[in-house]
Amino acid sequence: MMDIFIFDGRRIEFRPGQSVGAALVNVGMRSWRRTRLTGRPRGIFCGIGVCFDCLVEIDGTPNQRACLIPARAGMVVRRQEGDGHGHLTV
Amino acid sequence: MATSRYDVAVIGAGPGGLAGAAAAVRAGASVALIDSASQPGGQYWRHPSGDYAAVADLHQGTAAYRSLVRRAAPAAWFLQHQVWTIEREKNSFVVRAMADGVEVEIAAAALVLAPGAFDRQVPFPGWDLPGVYTAGGAQALLKGHQVLAGRRIAVGGTGPFLLPVAAGLSARGAEVVGVFEANSPRRWVRQARSVLPVVGKLAEGAGYAATLLRHRVPYRVRHAVVAAHGTDSLAAVTVARLDAHWRVIAGSERVIDCDAIAVGWGFTPQLELPLALGCETRADVDGSLVVCVDDLQQSSVESVYVAGEACGVGGAQLAVLEGSIAGRAAAGDAARAISSRQRRRRRALRAFAAVMHEVHSLRDGWQSWLSDDTVVCRCEEVPAREIRAAVGELGALDARSAKRFTRAGMGWCQGRVCGHSTGRIAATAAGRSFDPLGLAGPSIASPVPLGLLARAQAAHHLTTER
Amino acid sequence: MTRPDVVVIGAGIVGAACAWFATRAGLRVTVVDRGAVAGGTTGAGEGNLLVSDKPPGPELQLAQLSARLWSELAQEIRGFEYEPKGGLVVAATPASLDGLVALAEAQRRAGVDVRAVASDELADYEPWLSRKLLGGAFYPQDAQVQPMLAAARLLRSARMAGAEVRLGVEVGALLRDGDRVTGVRTGTGDIAAAAVVNAAGVWGGEIAGMAGVKVPILPRRGFILVTEPLPPVVRHKVYAAEYVADVASSGAGLQTSPVVEGTPSGPVLIGSSRERVGFDRTLSVPVLRALAAQAIELFPVLAEVVMIRAYHGFRPYCPDHLPVIGADPRAPGLLHAGGHEGAGIGLAAATGLLVAQVLSGGATDMDLSPFRPERFG
Repeated sequence: MMDIFIFDGRRIEFRPGQSVGAALVNVGMRSWRRTRLTGRPRGIFCGIGVCFDCLVEIDGTPNQRACLIPARAGMVVRRQEGDGHGHLTV
Repeated sequence: MATSRYDVAVIGAGPGGLAGAAAAVRAGASVALIDSASQPGGQYWRHPSGDYAAVADLHQGTAAYRSLVRRAAPAAWFLQHQVWTIEREKNSFVVRAMADGVEVEIAAAALVLAPGAFDRQVPFPGWDLPGVYTAGGAQALLKGHQVLAGRRIAVGGTGPFLLPVAAGLSARGAEVVGVFEANSPRRWVRQARSVLPVVGKLAEGAGYAATLLRHRVPYRVRHAVVAAHGTDSLAAVTVARLDAHWRVIAGSERVIDCDAIAVGWGFTPQLELPLALGCETRADVDGSLVVCVDDLQQSSVESVYVAGEACGVGGAQLAVLEGSIAGRAAAGDAARAISSRQRRRRRALRAFAAVMHEVHSLRDGWQSWLSDDTVVCRCEEVPAREIRAAVGELGALDARSAKRFTRAGMGWCQGRVCGHSTGRIAATAAGRSFDPLGLAGPSIASPVPLGLLARAQAAHHLTTER
Repeated sequence: MTRPDVVVIGAGIVGAACAWFATRAGLRVTVVDRGAVAGGTTGAGEGNLLVSDKPPGPELQLAQLSARLWSELAQEIRGFEYEPKGGLVVAATPASLDGLVALAEAQRRAGVDVRAVASDELADYEPWLSRKLLGGAFYPQDAQVQPMLAAARLLRSARMAGAEVRLGVEVGALLRDGDRVTGVRTGTGDIAAAAVVNAAGVWGGEIAGMAGVKVPILPRRGFILVTEPLPPVVRHKVYAAEYVADVASSGAGLQTSPVVEGTPSGPVLIGSSRERVGFDRTLSVPVLRALAAQAIELFPVLAEVVMIRAYHGFRPYCPDHLPVIGADPRAPGLLHAGGHEGAGIGLAAATGLLVAQVLSGGATDMDLSPFRPERFG
């Protein structure tokens, strides 16, 4: 039986030990972030925590490396726009 | 609260670090073994947490891995501990790591640094499209998470590492449309004298080649993926034949549909920790910045030993050998730290690595694949044009000054991905030779939340203390 | 190559300004640097153009002249992110508020534009500022530039007007005729000139030594923390009133006082620390901790923000905290332009103008005697 986390309202199955990013790739997702300057889509690139391309919001904290963070049941993962700190804009 | 204190702290639980910890344990030292991952093995022996068997068929040296883990077991293991810096104090070192949002401090009289390496990249048009992976990234998805990066995959770049990546993807059911090796490995033959003493390494390559043959994967030398196409993710690549300088041979381009590519151009050692400690560095034959070490793997900083890729990219066997020497020396057993047999073996493996770097070196022609607006720095989205203009118009001379003018390398990854290519582009534009020393500067090894940094008293991890 | 009138040693911000003003004054200028443009302290700075942190005196006069010149240069040259955003100095204790009020009053009498800010008005300036602060002062004349671009644009403009810039060329000795300095000896040949300007920053003392004169310019290390890119969370340059006292102190030990500012590219920069530890290039964790803690005291929201980089620079520092500007009577033909400590970007424009005026033999816009190179005895 597979566990599930939520990505933008969608249920994502994962195997214990898989990272958030690996689970997303496994269901066919390629990108979950847009860059802050030109809005380009990004997902996993280096897969080992070096490049920071796969940044995503996890349980309310932006800029988490999806390739490193182990998926956990019930996590709420959200697509990230730009610097991920839009809530600080006054 | 007291800090945990050890005779030796080993940073990195890949081949070099495991060997270092095992050797230091054997020499009677109290040892801390620290790694950011949740399981040992590093990139080379990467596997799903707690389930090596699931991917054992994708690995070489499984017996060695299991033996090292067993022999390193008496050490205090600090897994999922991300080291952000190491401080040098009077007679010891303080390793500062983060785990579960708190800071952990681990003191040791000596250090073995085995930080490993990551894929070196060169930019090409479209390389920031989702679906373009580093070779190590595709490999990590497969070996660490049992996930295929795509269904139809091209593998490209240069170096022997492309073979296991392509073989692993094929073995797990991906259609590998080709392995595109930009250099010509026939040149290995000319170096037979350096290669023969470590012929086992060739057998390893032959095994992967057999797998590729079985899956009918084409292996094309003097070919490269020179552009990636797609709107929101990768749909196709342009593959072209290259001349000896890696310029595209006109008319040889063809477009291949695929949903993923895995590219790698050798490796870049992780040098943040040695640099923060002030270890002397040099440029290796492959153009990487590496740490200078002596016969016992000791750096220019007393009691700081370094093993594996950080001393020069040379593969897992060399890392294990260097780790064993470093671990024993760090434990204070300098007299017996190295045997003449180990010394000979290390020399042979280093010679083999030197040939590998020569055969699979980067040729500057890749710069001709870039258009003016090809992104070089993915984090700060800096195009090639701006790096060239920083040299021509603003007075940059090297990677360091080009970076500060253009912000290439100033983003989240701190130039780990683009630093080498920014340096090469700047050097070409300035008409100077490339020097990776320009990339060196002490900084932190990992991002740190300011709130965590500000809490003056570090928390301590009591559960893992001896 | 025609013989230049002036050789400027150093392609940092001060050398660039000297070259630009000297070229504009009609002199033939050659700039030499052993590295790239802005490869030393200029590249490590935040790019502050401040009047707020200077009590009345010769340095404030220099800063006021410089502030005018920078706004003109921003019009004339462009391309270096000149931002007249203003500085906000804040006080957390009654004593520091009293000190700030007194300083502001003295500065006002010296012609500085400064406005008192009550504690309940602080949020209008900086919405994320701590609510615990007692008040502050706003300095609309404080500005910021991207310092490397400023140096590069000044040099480029000078080059277009005929100056020569030679990078990767190291000065190994000064050419001398008795006490007189007649040019420089470099790795790629001698360059004879009627005058040599020493704008070598923290290495200025070594250049002076080549002429047999002593100018005590020492390195004073400072760290800067760089955060991840953020929306405009910090709008002005914001610092604590204690900063002014720290800058003026002469202690060798570590001092830290919070200075926080945003950048057009997104990251927030956090300073400031000063310590005299020679050219020690290792990372200092206690300094990073102190800077982070103090920045969070000013802007609590920063606690959840991530530092992605920390780096250091070496301020060129003179024992009396004043720069060295002008001709050196002990070595005719040699001029100095250095020792600006942490204010080099801000003071560069005025320094360049004054050096050009000395080189041209005309009157100077300011009395240079407080900055005379031989004052240290």
